[in-house]
Amino acid sequence: MAAVPGADTAPLVGAPAALADAAPAAPAGQWRRRVRRAASLGLFFALWHIATEWDLAFYVRFQNIPTPAQVLAEAVDLFGTAGFYVHILASLERIWLGFAIASVLGIGFGLLIGWFRFAEDTLFPPIELLRPIPAVAWVPLSIMLWPTERSSIVFITALGAFFPIVLNTIHGVEGIDRQLIRAATSLGAGRAAIFREVVIPGALPSIVTGLSVGMGVSWLCLISAEMISGQFGVGYFTWVAYGIVKYSQIVVGMLVIGVLGMLSSALVRAIGARCMPWLPRRAKDGS
Amino acid sequence: MAAPPREGRILSTGRIEINDLGIAYGANSRRVEAVRGFTLMTMPGEFMALLGPSGCGKTTVLNAVAGFVQPNAGTVVVDGEPVRGPGADRGMVFQQHSLFPWKTVLANVEFGLKMRGIKRTPRTSQARAYLGLVGLAGFEDAYPAELSGGMQQRVGIARTLVNRPRVMLMDEPFGALDAQTRLNMQELLLNVWREVRTTVIFVTHDIDEALFLADRVAVMTARPGEIRDVVTVKLARPRPAEVIATPEFMTLKARVLAQVREESARVLPAPRR
Repeated sequence: MAAVPGADTAPLVGAPAALADAAPAAPAGQWRRRVRRAASLGLFFALWHIATEWDLAFYVRFQNIPTPAQVLAEAVDLFGTAGFYVHILASLERIWLGFAIASVLGIGFGLLIGWFRFAEDTLFPPIELLRPIPAVAWVPLSIMLWPTERSSIVFITALGAFFPIVLNTIHGVEGIDRQLIRAATSLGAGRAAIFREVVIPGALPSIVTGLSVGMGVSWLCLISAEMISGQFGVGYFTWVAYGIVKYSQIVVGMLVIGVLGMLSSALVRAIGARCMPWLPRRAKDGS
Repeated sequence: MAAPPREGRILSTGRIEINDLGIAYGANSRRVEAVRGFTLMTMPGEFMALLGPSGCGKTTVLNAVAGFVQPNAGTVVVDGEPVRGPGADRGMVFQQHSLFPWKTVLANVEFGLKMRGIKRTPRTSQARAYLGLVGLAGFEDAYPAELSGGMQQRVGIARTLVNRPRVMLMDEPFGALDAQTRLNMQELLLNVWREVRTTVIFVTHDIDEALFLADRVAVMTARPGEIRDVVTVKLARPRPAEVIATPEFMTLKARVLAQVREESARVLPAPRR
């Protein structure tokens, strides 16, 4: 909780600073919640173990699904080989490139479209036209368009992230309080200064939301693209594991995808929070 | 801390001439005349209150002086220059929520100086001086959301005055505050105004507030708003809070109240008998 400096020295008129967040829950309640959450995870693994160990088959068939222990052993094996890291690094590189390109273009286009009517009229219609097409549907065209497999997968990844980023940026710019713009002009701000000092920071919370959604979508697109076409990457690895009947590797691949996706989303959120120190910290944080 | 900015000399800036102002919104059948034939003049350094029933066009007049709206008829002239658009020489203090949430208190107050290209060091020391003037020394690094409504309005006043405007336009700046805070803010405003002498146009619908603060109170008619009466408030300054209980104050209040009630009655339907 942010303390207001000098709150005890300055003469106060009106109520003291209202620091919104309520006091954290009592420690006893905290512990009870942690225990509940741990029990929930434990139950999940127990059910997985029982279903696979007993080869349950009631329409859904668990005979070929590896047990948690098999997956763990497989993970230990895989992380001991250099080849697995090649797949992870290939995926990370594509995500990083695709997401970076989507961020630059999405934020740039979004700010322009949101602020300038001319940009809205000239740039927005094709975006609206292409937006409903899922990025995965671009895979065949992408293979024809781009010279290398890497560039075509990066394209798919960027395409998926671009739309949520550009739309949230536009939304953020359009949602800026007109009064703040008036205030800026009556303090002597010109057009460029308003864009820099009001429009960009005003849209930032929405931009960060777009980046966060975009990161999730770019993983979705990356894995789909890697499964369809490719020779490297975690998605490729997971799909190939199915083909060569290494079922434990499928689950390891899935878990790696989940963990990497979670970490990259957390990174986006953390950077976003760092860029917006004025926003009150939520007492109840998602993660 | 830098010495508080003091203005001892007779002011030569801040003469506002509003002549036969007419402003309408919308078009055709939905056209609404907010202001018509509005004429008002202020002397340099004068505290002018603009009082009237809600919807009478008080804020529209203020927006025209600020340059936010273009008049359909008439002129607004500040120190001989016609108003063509917004500018830092006519600073506005809004009712609420007009600080930049992403800037600290200090950066909010520095904003106008930054726009003028003033270097960081003099900028910061000037901003600090004005924050001290409104009693917010020590809150430089807080964000607006961490402050109470009254403190936010004090930042808004400091942010405007640091630009040394010809006129400070105030649009019901204390309207969203609780009664006790509003009284404190009125006293604070008068103290600050004594230090930093500038013309003030203060829009309010609170008769006590208008009479307590102003040199003259311009009472507006119902929409389309024009001047109904301009009441000179001859109460001595500095005015203690108790002045509102004196007979002189009561006499003025009775006169203004009768006018405001008449104008309000023209807007609201007459009660059934």
